Amino acid sequence: MLSIRKLHAGVAGKEILHGIDLEVRAGEVHAVMGPNGSGKSTLAQVLAGHPGYLVTAGEILYEGRNLLEMPPEERAREGIFMAFQYPVEIPGVANAEFLKAAVNAVREHRGLEELDAVEFLALLKEKMKFVDMDPGFMSRSLNEGFSGGEKKRNEILQMTLLDPKLAVLDETDSGLDIDALRTLAAGVNRLRRPDNAMILVTHYQRLLSYVTPDRVHVLSNGRIVKSGDHALARELEARGYEWLEATAEALPR
Amino acid sequence: MTDRTTKETFLAAFAERDRRGFADDPSWLREARRAAMERFAELGLPTTRDEDWKYTSLAPLVETPFDLAGEETGEIPAEEALSSLSEGSSSWSRLVFVNGRHVGKLSTIPPLPPGGRLGSLAEALITDEEMVRSHLTSAGEKGEGAFGSLNAALWSDGAFFHVPAGMSLEAPIQLLFVATPFERPRADHPRSVIVLERESRAVLVETYIALGGGTYLTNASTEIVLGPGAALDHHKIVLEGGQAFHVGRTRVRQERDSRFTSCSLAFGGRIIRNDVDVLLAAEGSECMLSGLFVIGGGQHVDTHTVMDHAQPRASSRQLYKGVLDGRSRGVFNGRVIVRPGANGTDAHQTNKNLILSDGVEVDSKPQLEIFADDVKCSHGAADGQLAEDAIFYLKSRGLDEVAARTLLTHGFASEVLDRIRVEPVRNWCQDLLRGRLRGGRVAEDAP
Repeated sequence: MLSIRKLHAGVAGKEILHGIDLEVRAGEVHAVMGPNGSGKSTLAQVLAGHPGYLVTAGEILYEGRNLLEMPPEERAREGIFMAFQYPVEIPGVANAEFLKAAVNAVREHRGLEELDAVEFLALLKEKMKFVDMDPGFMSRSLNEGFSGGEKKRNEILQMTLLDPKLAVLDETDSGLDIDALRTLAAGVNRLRRPDNAMILVTHYQRLLSYVTPDRVHVLSNGRIVKSGDHALARELEARGYEWLEATAEALPR
Repeated sequence: MTDRTTKETFLAAFAERDRRGFADDPSWLREARRAAMERFAELGLPTTRDEDWKYTSLAPLVETPFDLAGEETGEIPAEEALSSLSEGSSSWSRLVFVNGRHVGKLSTIPPLPPGGRLGSLAEALITDEEMVRSHLTSAGEKGEGAFGSLNAALWSDGAFFHVPAGMSLEAPIQLLFVATPFERPRADHPRSVIVLERESRAVLVETYIALGGGTYLTNASTEIVLGPGAALDHHKIVLEGGQAFHVGRTRVRQERDSRFTSCSLAFGGRIIRNDVDVLLAAEGSECMLSGLFVIGGGQHVDTHTVMDHAQPRASSRQLYKGVLDGRSRGVFNGRVIVRPGANGTDAHQTNKNLILSDGVEVDSKPQLEIFADDVKCSHGAADGQLAEDAIFYLKSRGLDEVAARTLLTHGFASEVLDRIRVEPVRNWCQDLLRGRLRGGRVAEDAP
């Protein structure tokens, strides 16, 4: 589904990713872990197509297509979803209005009919149950004045509504209380199907107690310094990242 | 100088009408008209050398060859044309004026209990002369500017709305001023008097709209008096034609514990000047002003507000926003006066503008004049473009550039519309805004 090859990318003229290789197949859940500043979020932003991040070398293929040539909205319509680490607050735009616009943009692209207000509300009601969100949030401005946890729930709601093929969760688990973390894990597990894939970018092993990843990768200084199965996450929890950073130093630049 | 020509055109038109047209007016009114015209003759049309008109050049108005001799009303539009024009609001009670004249057959007036009046000001001169007189003459004493004086001298008609003590009218009432095309540029001077007596309530929508194109001037004056405990939800919606000039004044006097909520939208017109002048004349009065203009092409909108806190413990809130595209220009001047002894005043003012093109210009000027202690006064101003991180967020959910920009611009403007407390009016204004922001940009041509 996704092939990242020798990816070099950075922001504001500074290279942060120094050659990433990653292969994600349908049905898989990958965890990308690493300390702060290792390049985890840069990888997520590059996948979503943030215009501030520049790819300087390498390629990304998504379902056989050159992802880097696709504008962010096309990526979204083709089934890529990134849950933001810091969801943007947008005053004056009602949450429900935004969600309807997003759902219909994706539906239109897939050749499905637009949902009218009634149909959309029915869908929204059904999906909101999964994320345990108060219906009051729907008439409020998008993310404005939401607590950290509420913003993350809103991201999970969007993911649930848009039903992506490839979901990239950028530290969605950080700052969540245990209830919100469980909601997140349930959302991820519900989406987990043979025909889609997920990349969980995370600093902690916590989420991985609820979601068992197929592969775990450790990012350090812009490279993947170790990959393994679920056991690697537990090892990191016990030993920290330092022992791997030493490995990274030894790698040729 | 063309300036002299336009001024003289108005003076000549007045002289002519004073001889014949105003012959039926009561003598106090003819005197008031003459006095007002003398003030206009002294003041002349303002230029950018006048501090109050510093950023608004009236050169296009001055260069317009007005034809003021005509007395004809022009073509009366069909009811259907009017309804489609004001779609979304056509079920409301309405008082219709076409080119400044009341048209009864297009108007629908709600049943009013005894003492209530809603109708033509010209007719009220006959039916309620004393009441009209007291309001018209007290207005003149306040020293109006050139356009106010011109209006006081030349008005033919407008609305007269009197709500007796204790009466509550919750359904919106629209004052619909319609301009229809004429061969030559013309000027109308509608004048309206709105009086809410003690503990009464009403919802008014004052709409200026064009049916067809053409150059014309609407020079509108609205006098509003709120008695003790009265509450008015007022809306002024300017949808003038693309070549039109709109110069309007809303002057408000508030008595004890009265509440004035007013939202002003300016979408259509070549040059729009809006003055809102509020006197908080008694303790405990509350005033909430908001305004939104959405302009493109070469449009120009200038808003001047004066919030006069004359007595203690009154509060005022002002939120004015502008969306500017093309080569348009926006001006906001918000003056807040806190008179000596007006302790406990709570006054806030905010002006924000969203800039959609490099060619626009914005001038924003707060003026706080505080002569009392123990007051809370603040103002804030911000101009900016759409936030890139917000655009990216929306795109990452599948919205394209246009849809993202449209949603964000609508969101920016919605903060003003959200303050409209009357739901049907708010919904209508939302529809008007959506129509105005099609494609995320503001059209070259005014609606």
